[in-house]
Amino acid sequence: MLKDQDRIFQNLYNDKGSDLESSIKRGDWTDTKEIINKGREWIIEEIKKSQLRGRGGAGFPTGLKWSFAPKEVGSRPHYLVINGDESEPGTCKDRDILRFEPHKLIEGCLIASYAIQAHVCYIYIRGEYFIDGQKLQKAIDEAYDKKLLGKNSADTGWDLDIYIHYGAGAYICGEETALLESIEGKKGQPRLKPPFPALVGLYGCPTIINNVETIAVVPTILRRGGNWFSSLGREKNTGTKIFCISGNVNNPCNVEEEMSISLRELIEEHAGGVVGGWDNLQAVIPGGSSMPLIPKETCETLKMDFDSLSAEKSGLGTAGVVVINKDQDIIKCMARIARFYKHESCGQCTPCREGSGWMWRMLERMAKGEASRDEIDMLGDVTNQIAGHTICAFGEGSSWPVQGLLRHFSDEIKKRNKFDPFIKEKRNIPYLVDQHLLDKNA
Amino acid sequence: MSLRRPSKNQPENFEFNSSSLEAANAILSKYPKGKQQSAVMALLYIAQRQNDNWIPLAAMKYIGKFLDMPYIKVYEVATFYSMYNLAPVGKYFVQVCTTTPCMIRGAYKLVEACKEKISENELELSENKNCSWMEVECLGACVNAPMMQINENYYEDLDKEKTLEILDKILKGEKPKPGSYRGRRNNEPENGRKTLVDLKNA
Repeated sequence: MLKDQDRIFQNLYNDKGSDLESSIKRGDWTDTKEIINKGREWIIEEIKKSQLRGRGGAGFPTGLKWSFAPKEVGSRPHYLVINGDESEPGTCKDRDILRFEPHKLIEGCLIASYAIQAHVCYIYIRGEYFIDGQKLQKAIDEAYDKKLLGKNSADTGWDLDIYIHYGAGAYICGEETALLESIEGKKGQPRLKPPFPALVGLYGCPTIINNVETIAVVPTILRRGGNWFSSLGREKNTGTKIFCISGNVNNPCNVEEEMSISLRELIEEHAGGVVGGWDNLQAVIPGGSSMPLIPKETCETLKMDFDSLSAEKSGLGTAGVVVINKDQDIIKCMARIARFYKHESCGQCTPCREGSGWMWRMLERMAKGEASRDEIDMLGDVTNQIAGHTICAFGEGSSWPVQGLLRHFSDEIKKRNKFDPFIKEKRNIPYLVDQHLLDKNA
Repeated sequence: MSLRRPSKNQPENFEFNSSSLEAANAILSKYPKGKQQSAVMALLYIAQRQNDNWIPLAAMKYIGKFLDMPYIKVYEVATFYSMYNLAPVGKYFVQVCTTTPCMIRGAYKLVEACKEKISENELELSENKNCSWMEVECLGACVNAPMMQINENYYEDLDKEKTLEILDKILKGEKPKPGSYRGRRNNEPENGRKTLVDLKNA
């Protein structure tokens, strides 16, 4: 288990209060000036050395992302945007940073803004976290009062203003370009890439977008050194990570742990074990609902990091671990996730807008045992026609969980759904997929 | 996509009152000159707060003029985002999360409680007209499942009985305490916490 002194978020459970004074006691804002005086090359190099990968789901190397910002500021100002639109089912880590460790985030914003030469930073928070956003706003006001923000922030010579922008209940705004559209006051529909936001982003200006957790760990990394961070975990999967363990466990919780911790240790040590014992485990969604589920056999030995999970055809995503035990109907669980995606599709690309509804309706019928045998293949076919055929990664996000279900639980679906194709039975079901064939035969 | 329709009964006029106007001008100062359209989301919230928790079409027209942008663009935004209520929802708006992590911990028991106490159907006002409920997608408090949101507050670690109690209070116009209803501190493990223990005991 990770030693307590190596945990970055000492106030994860709000034992000590989130105000400026207690944050300074925990080490925040202590040598911000010295860090910034070392220059932007040093900062970016140190982040590269730490091998920090983005904590928002995609796992893109943060130092590399920062180095994409233009070296010289031209006629267009640079922006830093923080993605706090945490909406992935199973994930609730950013909320704790916003409400309990706001000063880590604000200090991180200052350092990152300096590194990419931005004078304005927008923090995008999902609308439901209004109360938590208010707490962050309080911390920002405190920082302005103490001259840690504004003109010559924290005596570093860098000017920075931070503003909060609230979302309004759209999951898709967690996608970086949709988030930019949303800040610009439009519907949150993703943009085509390229051009990438690092060159053409918010208001057409160079913009770097990072997750809340990514930015909040930056000050600690720079204080303790990139080598300290990269000594935790394993090569390319370094550092610590907040895991959210929810679902059928005895003590669901958030916990900061070392990367590459084994899944079993995470569940048994921190979350009090699976309800009904380890043998009662059915499957685990390892990284928020978009990531394909992992069956029990694999869970025994699984390491929780980016590369081991992608080797299992899943992913670390946001590290929202949803544990599903054998008391649950796995098809129903996935049908509910499909309904989530059907509800949250932005409607821009046809395969996703229509396909997410198809997947949901087919899974609902499969859960009830009303689907025909040939539909299992058809469902797989639908997922393949969505993934990779949309502007943003939502297409993959919505079809991967269904593909995961088909990969590991197709026997379960076959056992429950024994019908011949409906067309042979001449059953009249209003939402039948092959209704048109039935009509022709009538 | 979710289908959203504006209410059939719409007021004729809408205007910001003085406190809304002040808040709106403060928001405008956050964005660069000429990019005032960015403020549309925040202004819709302000209108919603002023108008008993829902946004009439007149308010969208007003905001369009206020920000010098076409009405249809405001309408697009208001109908795209699910947190803008386009029809009356009552003074207390209960949102129950039923996405998978909450569902497998019994979120549908909370839905039952809402049906018993508030109204048979979603988005239908209670008998005393001050409350309605709705099933929503993930609210981002998965380790505190099952949970619900009433206006801005989160009520976590619930079961059916506790939900019934909370709803009783709401219907009487009281304000129940938000947070965990099993008495645990935020997102810590309920029993046998093994991390940051010195801090807890310090």
